[in-house]
Amino acid sequence: MLIYIIRRLFYAIPILLGVNLLTFTLFFVVNSPDDMAVSQLGAKYVTPEAIQLWKEKNGYDRPLFYNPDAAGSDSLTETIFFSKSLRLFAFDFGRSESGRDITTDISTRMWPSLAVAVPSFLVGIWVNICVALLVVMFHATRLDRWIVFVFVAMMSISYLFYIIGGQYLVAKTWRLVPISGFHAHGQFWKFLILPVLVGVVAGIGAGARWYRTLFLEEANQDYVRTARAKGASEIRILFRHILPNALIPILTGIVVLIPSLFMGGLLIESFFGIPGLGSYMLDAIKSQDFAIVRSMVFIGSILYIIGLILTDISYTWADPRLRLD
Amino acid sequence: MKPLLLWSDLLIYLLVLMLCLFFLRLRGDPQTREHWRRVFSTRLGMVTFTLILVYVGIALLDSLHFRRALEPVEGTQSTERFYDNQVTSALDVMLAGMGERFERTYSSPFALISFAKENMKDENGALYRDFPQLEHAGRHLATPADRWTDVLKKSITALIWGLLISAVVVGMQWAFLRRSSLPWYASWLTQTAVICLAVWLVLISPYYHVLGTDRGGADVAYQSIKGVRTAVLLGTLATLIMLPIAVTLGVMAGYFKGRVDDVVQYLYTTMSSIPGILLIAASVLLFQVYIDLHPDFFSTGMEKADARFIALCFILGVTSWSSLCRLIRGETLKISQLEFVQAAHAFGVSHSRIVTRHILPNVVHIILITFVLDFSSLVLAEAVLSYIGVGIDPAMGSWGNMINSARSELSREPVVWWTLSGAFFFMFVLVLAANLFADLVRDAFDPRTGSRVATA
Amino acid sequence: MTARSSVLMQVHNLRVKGLETGATILNGVSFELKAGEIFALVGESGSGKSVTSLAAMRLLPAALVITGGEVRVADLDLFELPEADMQTVRGERVAMIFQNAMSALNPVQTVGEQVAETLRLHTSLRGSALRQRVLQLFAEVGIKSPSERYSFYPHQLSGGQQQRVMIAMALACEPDILIADEPTTALDVTIQQQVLALIKGLTRSRQLAVLLITHDMSVVRNTADEVAVMYRGEIIEQAAVDAFFRNPKEAYSRRLIEALPNLADFHSAFEGEALLELDDVKVHFPIRKGILQRISDYVRAVDGVSLSIGRGETYALVGESGSGKSTLGRAILNLDRISAGNITFQGVPIHSLNRRALLPYRKKIQVIFQNPFSSMNPRLTLREIIYEGVDSLMNLSGTEREQRITVLLDRVQLGAEFSQRYPHELSGGQLQRVAIARALAVEPELIICDEPTSALDVSIRAEVLELLQELQSEFGVSYLFITHDLSIVPGLAHRVGVMQSGRLVEQGTAEEILTRPQHPYTQALLASVPRVDAAESTDSTGE
Repeated sequence: MLIYIIRRLFYAIPILLGVNLLTFTLFFVVNSPDDMAVSQLGAKYVTPEAIQLWKEKNGYDRPLFYNPDAAGSDSLTETIFFSKSLRLFAFDFGRSESGRDITTDISTRMWPSLAVAVPSFLVGIWVNICVALLVVMFHATRLDRWIVFVFVAMMSISYLFYIIGGQYLVAKTWRLVPISGFHAHGQFWKFLILPVLVGVVAGIGAGARWYRTLFLEEANQDYVRTARAKGASEIRILFRHILPNALIPILTGIVVLIPSLFMGGLLIESFFGIPGLGSYMLDAIKSQDFAIVRSMVFIGSILYIIGLILTDISYTWADPRLRLD
Repeated sequence: MKPLLLWSDLLIYLLVLMLCLFFLRLRGDPQTREHWRRVFSTRLGMVTFTLILVYVGIALLDSLHFRRALEPVEGTQSTERFYDNQVTSALDVMLAGMGERFERTYSSPFALISFAKENMKDENGALYRDFPQLEHAGRHLATPADRWTDVLKKSITALIWGLLISAVVVGMQWAFLRRSSLPWYASWLTQTAVICLAVWLVLISPYYHVLGTDRGGADVAYQSIKGVRTAVLLGTLATLIMLPIAVTLGVMAGYFKGRVDDVVQYLYTTMSSIPGILLIAASVLLFQVYIDLHPDFFSTGMEKADARFIALCFILGVTSWSSLCRLIRGETLKISQLEFVQAAHAFGVSHSRIVTRHILPNVVHIILITFVLDFSSLVLAEAVLSYIGVGIDPAMGSWGNMINSARSELSREPVVWWTLSGAFFFMFVLVLAANLFADLVRDAFDPRTGSRVATA
Repeated sequence: MTARSSVLMQVHNLRVKGLETGATILNGVSFELKAGEIFALVGESGSGKSVTSLAAMRLLPAALVITGGEVRVADLDLFELPEADMQTVRGERVAMIFQNAMSALNPVQTVGEQVAETLRLHTSLRGSALRQRVLQLFAEVGIKSPSERYSFYPHQLSGGQQQRVMIAMALACEPDILIADEPTTALDVTIQQQVLALIKGLTRSRQLAVLLITHDMSVVRNTADEVAVMYRGEIIEQAAVDAFFRNPKEAYSRRLIEALPNLADFHSAFEGEALLELDDVKVHFPIRKGILQRISDYVRAVDGVSLSIGRGETYALVGESGSGKSTLGRAILNLDRISAGNITFQGVPIHSLNRRALLPYRKKIQVIFQNPFSSMNPRLTLREIIYEGVDSLMNLSGTEREQRITVLLDRVQLGAEFSQRYPHELSGGQLQRVAIARALAVEPELIICDEPTSALDVSIRAEVLELLQELQSEFGVSYLFITHDLSIVPGLAHRVGVMQSGRLVEQGTAEEILTRPQHPYTQALLASVPRVDAAESTDSTGE
């Protein structure tokens, strides 16, 4: 098992290198540092001197891959690729284009993101499973078909409308909770209720529908017939036989998402004014701060790869057929 | 009048042509025909497909662009014709100038007066504040009190016209299709409803703003309809760009295995490990910088917006191939183990022939299902991307831009709800129809559900 | 038969219809189950035998409905019972065993738990008493070291062991009636015998009334007391087993019985030039382990096989699943690379040829696969399927092509009108004929037949085998006949090779192997082959 994990971590390195190279190409080769300077400075102040100054200030005045002016190993390290891209491997994110320390930003903004994302995630799964189980009990009736229709309809509504609708109804019309904002102390849960609620409701359509198909797929298996032949009741079959089997694909399907919870939700955080990583990214995109975008891309890929590894581990843990002895 | 062919127009007509050829080819295969028959033998299939066709039709009409010739300015003797910088489409002509009736600012649906008070002068020249009358709404009315009776009258006229036109349209189809066993009546009912609605909209909009106006005074109904082209094009073009990449790599990985498979797996794992939204955002921003630095490439604002739009489709396509690629790889692996492929190997059939004869026809159903499923998710994604600011150029109408601009309006008192509602309605109908249709297609084409129906 | 035993279950005039299609699935099926006797319901796929058992227990899938009839267990009318009472009948009074134990057992529950669940549902046993009872049952059905196996998951047991767990589960509450639906079909022949013997023994010792559903006449012959033949939803003949085999009334029953092999009719030994020669052929698949995925070991699928096949000869390669016989066939076709050894065809080593150089030999060596449905691309017409090899390997003019397909389809008894059909329009037997035509189209000298009849119903099996033999005498083609079923070997093969875990443990003429087997494994295989002639004298029902 340990060997297996180590091997998977080994495989992660070339993937991260690939991500790194790709983002580097995108940010520095397609879009030269000069272009970046122009867009950062604003068209009005563009003079060759100003561009040069900006590049020096932000460390973009070096060659991309190879520096012929420097001696020895410095010819490779004194380059943009090394200083801006490879440094990420040491979790050295450097400074944003506006001069803030990205590592500090990330470590403080991580917590609000988690405070919203983790409850939404857990409550969401629980609600989806419950709803799906309920629907499965009514399988092959008219009611079942209508509920599936409602699921599809819920899936067809843009996430934006859930947020806007939630804010309008719960916060503005009924005045149950604040529309937006976040405090780290005191009654901070008040600010969390609505984002979590919106996240859960918006996910029911797709989530419960998916789980329903998983349950029904299991319900067609031979062992369910065996259980019926044993004389087990339908409820018992559903909970004792179908549910444990269906939990395997459910579990392994969601494990990959767990690490990415750190990244928070882009839309939720921006609409509800939560100072997490999601809104951090959005601000970075809006102000075209590529240093932050680069760092977040890198973190996102690491988290995704961790998610993949966790998925593999959870398979062997949840499914006795795959358990490594 | 001078026709103007935007790149996206060209692409969408090419796409429609390709799809038609594709379906004509598929008709030869009885199994595929049977699958399609299963989709269209349901009323739901008929209704949703009709709705999708309506949207596609609107998009196609809206893709016939031209620039109007300007009236020669009096006094000048130049023989050169000048053309309007504003690009018009065939749809605009059919909507009878609906997009040209601007107010000053917000007004609610069927309103006669503006939403905001303004400073005005009375006959004596004294200043007062009141809601001004709208320029293009209710001017024909004797008194404001007549409004609803007038709306009702016009609606009934529109309904009669709509039913007449529907009768002709449906009647022609009936003549050809009455012997068909498929539930065409469901489609005909939908067509009738759509035709009546369209006729009503065209007849009534010269007198009222059916869905009100937005902050800039533009007609919301018109904007919502203009959003159709953007959504339909984005949904299809992005998938179209993604398909060749995903299919080629997926089939190669699954068929040749070994090293090729390793490389393809590496590529799609790398691709999918990058947070999609960041990659898309970064790419769009970079392209935007490029456009900004080369303003002389584009003669009209529309062309600039179109370039950005195509870039967005391209970026969405290039960043989203990994999941389809994975599916196709898996399916190809499975098929290439099947005995008919082994038999082909034993006959010494070449690789390219095995792929085109045995592998590709048997993964087409996956491509098809993905195409329909991705369509709706792309339409939804457009709204989110436009909200983030990396979506459609504001010069090009889209539901995402409408939502984005209307977001703050909910905090007004009283609430400005109509912009959001317009975008919501048009988007919801399209996405719901596409999702329901995708479900039917999947049930019909997926061998797993198919066999379940057969053996049960 | 005398009414020496009491009737425990009565099925009377049972009718079932398809809900949407309206097709009649069962058309008035009636029979009785008696204590201490095995009643065999025999028929080919689609005859409605499984539906009968499921309908009797009210376990039909939603697409089928019972439209009439009566099922009585002692004094109970099962179709009148509320569902809750029905649940006590299932498992407590009537127990069931299904075909594929691997999928019929819950994969994420330990086998001990699954047996215990039945007891928990119907008895008040709990705790250690419950566990003791389960262990006792395990011991009774012959599961070795029961207390250890208790916490095993199904996938950790072999197929035979899984089926024993199923039987333990069925017997847990001491039911009166046992319904066994193809209990041995998914098992290797040597295991089949053991499981059938177990069921038979339990029937006698517990005075069970058993409904045995099977397609296999030899199972009926060796196990059942009474037999009913089902055909298209009806019982067409019902009799005591001895009377039935001695004097079947219906033509269809006769065909089923005749499909059983005659172990006395052998081909004469073969003399002729060698066409294909294998010399110490090995096919090894690497097992990778550790961080760097170094090759730590090999799966020795084929481990040093030498044999030769002459022109016009049939060589039968016999072995159970996993013995490497199919891999060897694939290696000869160059679909799997060999790790060592030589494969020579007409003196040319073909295993080392590249794709292009191999083409002339592709024409000479062809293949017929087991599953006729997956060996045809569903999207091509039969004409396109048959032309595939012709177009790839031969240069024929348009008219020659046309002629060839007409001649071939005629030759395999299908007729030229089939050429525009698609595979799904044909039955399994017809498809296998197409597969034969496809192979013959390129005029091969050797055809590798990989279990070509095991997916077919018995009545069709004989026809396909007969066709293959006719074609052999007509075209002088050689066969490498890969099979798990020794019973089809006499009358078909000149020589026989027996494979076990990658090695050829014994080979010789068909007569030698079948009458004087030397290797213990061959003897075991042979012992499990049903013999109609022998069974008549060793009848065990004790008349």
